[in-house]
Amino acid sequence: MKQSPLARRMVTAPYMVWAAIFIVVPLIFVVYYSLIDADGVFTLENIKSIPAYRGIMLNSIWLGFAATLISLVIAYPLAYIMARASKNVQRTMMMLVMLPMWMNLLIRTYSLMILLQDTGIINGVLGRLHLPAVHMINTRFAVILGMVYNYIPYMILPLYSIMAKMDHGLVEAAQDLGANKLAVIRKIIFPLSLPGVASGFTMVFVPSVSTFYISKKLGGSTFALIGDLIEMQFKSANNYNLGAALSLVLMVLILISIAIMNRFTGDDDDGGVLI
Amino acid sequence: MKKWLFPFALIALLALCCFGCAAYENEAWYKGQSGEVLNVFNWGEYISDEYSEEDGYIDVNKEFEKLTGIKVNYVTFESNEDMYAKIKNGGASYDIVVPSDYMIQRMIDEGLLQTIDVSALPNYHYIDDQYKDLYYDPANAYSVPYNVGMVGLIYNTKVVRDPPTSWSILWDKQYKGQILMIDNPRDAFAIAQKLLGYSFNSTDRSEWNEVLRLLIQQKPLLQGYVMDEVYNKMESGEAAMVPYYVGDYISMKGNNPDLAFVYPEEGVNIFVDAMCIPKTAKHYDAAIKYINFMMDPEVALANAWYIGYASPNTSVLEDADYAEEMGSDQFLYPDADHMPNVEYFHNLPQKTLTLMSENWNVVKATGDIPARVYVGFAVTAAVIVVAVVYSFVKKRRREYWYDFPEEKG
Repeated sequence: MKQSPLARRMVTAPYMVWAAIFIVVPLIFVVYYSLIDADGVFTLENIKSIPAYRGIMLNSIWLGFAATLISLVIAYPLAYIMARASKNVQRTMMMLVMLPMWMNLLIRTYSLMILLQDTGIINGVLGRLHLPAVHMINTRFAVILGMVYNYIPYMILPLYSIMAKMDHGLVEAAQDLGANKLAVIRKIIFPLSLPGVASGFTMVFVPSVSTFYISKKLGGSTFALIGDLIEMQFKSANNYNLGAALSLVLMVLILISIAIMNRFTGDDDDGGVLI
Repeated sequence: MKKWLFPFALIALLALCCFGCAAYENEAWYKGQSGEVLNVFNWGEYISDEYSEEDGYIDVNKEFEKLTGIKVNYVTFESNEDMYAKIKNGGASYDIVVPSDYMIQRMIDEGLLQTIDVSALPNYHYIDDQYKDLYYDPANAYSVPYNVGMVGLIYNTKVVRDPPTSWSILWDKQYKGQILMIDNPRDAFAIAQKLLGYSFNSTDRSEWNEVLRLLIQQKPLLQGYVMDEVYNKMESGEAAMVPYYVGDYISMKGNNPDLAFVYPEEGVNIFVDAMCIPKTAKHYDAAIKYINFMMDPEVALANAWYIGYASPNTSVLEDADYAEEMGSDQFLYPDADHMPNVEYFHNLPQKTLTLMSENWNVVKATGDIPARVYVGFAVTAAVIVVAVVYSFVKKRRREYWYDFPEEKG
């Protein structure tokens, strides 16, 4: 049975209304606020002041990118093993991946801080074993670790779902035709999983770049990320206009990064890509 | 049941009943708002919220609910500026807020507060006269003092052997990585201002830029900027020093006896946090009852024990135990000999406030970016270009073969 246009419109209406109220309208507000000053007069000052923060932006993008890359390296083999495992094992592994997500991000990050501190649990154990203490907290390493730890499930899930759908016959065919293991991975598995890589990349990269809580707790807020700066504008500085301008620029930067990423998946992929 | 147990059981029962119904003054006065919900917006860790007989704590909000039948919805904030942004932008309606002096002045100026008739509060006579008629509310028309405190330097005696006397220790290179700074522009700049001998309330642009340079200089030495995490960092010995509020020092010292405190000689900030009712409050009468309840001797004493700040309530120091243990503390209730140089924060003109928050952005945004970040970007960009070119070439070649395979042989 074919749906009439009216019926289709009725079905999509709830989401359209939702998107209009909670996505389009707020975006318009962000643009509007970034183009006015505190008295509501049109100005480009907010946008013009952004280059002063380029260091912070580069830093955020770099840390986000590093975290995404590390997540990918860890998640990829795991997702493949998961997809090849028996249904029962798959369910258990999926559960283990999701388990940390049931806890609040703030609590997870705070406990990571307690683990990594100079007087924290890890260094306490090292001290007991008469090993030299390792300084971990308030470093870039700690921030990247926090990002990977918090967002890696978002990398595993899309990779897993695309690999589970993959036709294993292709792998067997390649092996029949004499491809060795490396060739199978390079020519069959990896190209087929690219849409999953792209969507995992997006889902880890975006929250990593815009995070503020993780850098605050694990980076000691001596090096702020772009998210910290935006949070500050809305919370304490009460400068909504600069905050909006910064958010706008961040959005554009993220869009560009994703556009570059999507370039790799080609035009002929079949779903899996989020944006 | 053995007969001789009976009197004991009776006494136990009586005792149980007695602390269940601790006596407050003018209990009848509190009736009338039963069933309302009162939204209180206070600082974190700033009210006695658990019962402990030996420490003298009571659960203040629960006691208030029991007494009045008003339900208390208690929410906390981390800084005056956070609180101000919430009230100013009308995102939420609170019936009680507890700003500090300079913020009260600003909120009165901007018409964000309602008047309070203190003569109608039966317990107002407990407030010490020296905390009445202060500059921010000269007629006591908008605020009722809740706590008084000063900012000083908390340090760990295990790391800092010689007792410091100056704020300049926060710029001392030998403590690199062990110094914490308060994560709040007004308080952070204030320390640099005193170090240079300036007033907190300066409106001179060049002075603000000078203190900015001082904070930028300090940044590489810092472990971080903190607010509420300060408890964890100082109690565990993770950090060696932090400028913070005296009341919090008293709480922290309870958990780490190595901590010590000093009011640096250059001068410190003194503040009064007071209860106010915002214009947008929906439960004015309930709010009045709450303010009066906070001044009740029982409640004020429990709060003074729990929070560890100096109380503006005269009844608190009349309690013998409290006077002996806390009242004699020269940091909390300094006498004339121990009184440091103090200055209140005043509200600053909008121009200076804007300059301050711009400068704070600069403090937060400065930081060396390691060269490897740039190298990393360059390498990534190169990899992307190569990959794009490669995939393009491959695709063309493949198309070429697919389209005319037989012709190519």
